[in-house]
Amino acid sequence: MELRRDVFQAIADPTRREIITLISKQSLNLNAVAENFDVSRQAISLHIKILQECGLILIKQEGRDRYCSIQPKKLSEVADWLEPFRKMWEDRFNKVDDILKKLKTKKHGR
Amino acid sequence: MAGKNKTTVIVEPGKQEFFVIREFEAPRAIVFKAFSDKKLLEDWLGGQQMKVKYEKFEPKAGGSYRYIITMGNGMSIGFHGVCHDFSSPERIIQTFEFEGLPETGHVVLETTKFEDLPSGRTKVTVQSVFQSLADRDGMVSAGMEKGVVDSHNRLDEMIEENIIR
Repeated sequence: MELRRDVFQAIADPTRREIITLISKQSLNLNAVAENFDVSRQAISLHIKILQECGLILIKQEGRDRYCSIQPKKLSEVADWLEPFRKMWEDRFNKVDDILKKLKTKKHGR
Repeated sequence: MAGKNKTTVIVEPGKQEFFVIREFEAPRAIVFKAFSDKKLLEDWLGGQQMKVKYEKFEPKAGGSYRYIITMGNGMSIGFHGVCHDFSSPERIIQTFEFEGLPETGHVVLETTKFEDLPSGRTKVTVQSVFQSLADRDGMVSAGMEKGVVDSHNRLDEMIEENIIR
């Protein structure tokens, strides 16, 4: 089975969202990230691997440490996640504007 | 009329709800009417691209509703729910269930509030509370899939690749 690897899979999981928030403030090594969570280090490691495959974080080897940093360009795509949903409502409410205009005219015209 | 009022959507991480907030250039009795009249709802609920037809609409406590949305590609989906409160011109409370899900029982509690603003304007706040975070994110993503039709920015192209395959 082919797995989805995109920003939406990345943000679908609450732990991964927390990891993103955490390393968007500063780059951290894997251990430092894991210390912030109650789940096992292996679990965090897997989340980080998924985030890396989704292109949201970059992992750099520095000596014995592996540092995670955010990929800001991808992160802005996450911010755009809501935009189509907002547009759907905007589209609806713009039609409500038209209806209200008609209802108001009808009222005054009486 | 001046430019359109802004539509604000609040979807906080980890919360089983979302809010949609919008101001309108009409007193709330009129705005309430646009939200509680079958014909008017059919006019706007589908936006520019979709057609909405109510099969049943009883806007009163204990009433119920069902409507069918037909999309641009001809596909139809049903939505239904139970009306809990239709208090003109203040609020509407009802349940909401999308019939296109693989299983039934994913019900949303939807509260729409109408607030008076100065100069005969009205602020509308829609709050949708879901049974789980997955349900909420699924609903928000459904709006996202519609976005594929509406625009062609880079993000949408990405979504398209994953959906159409």
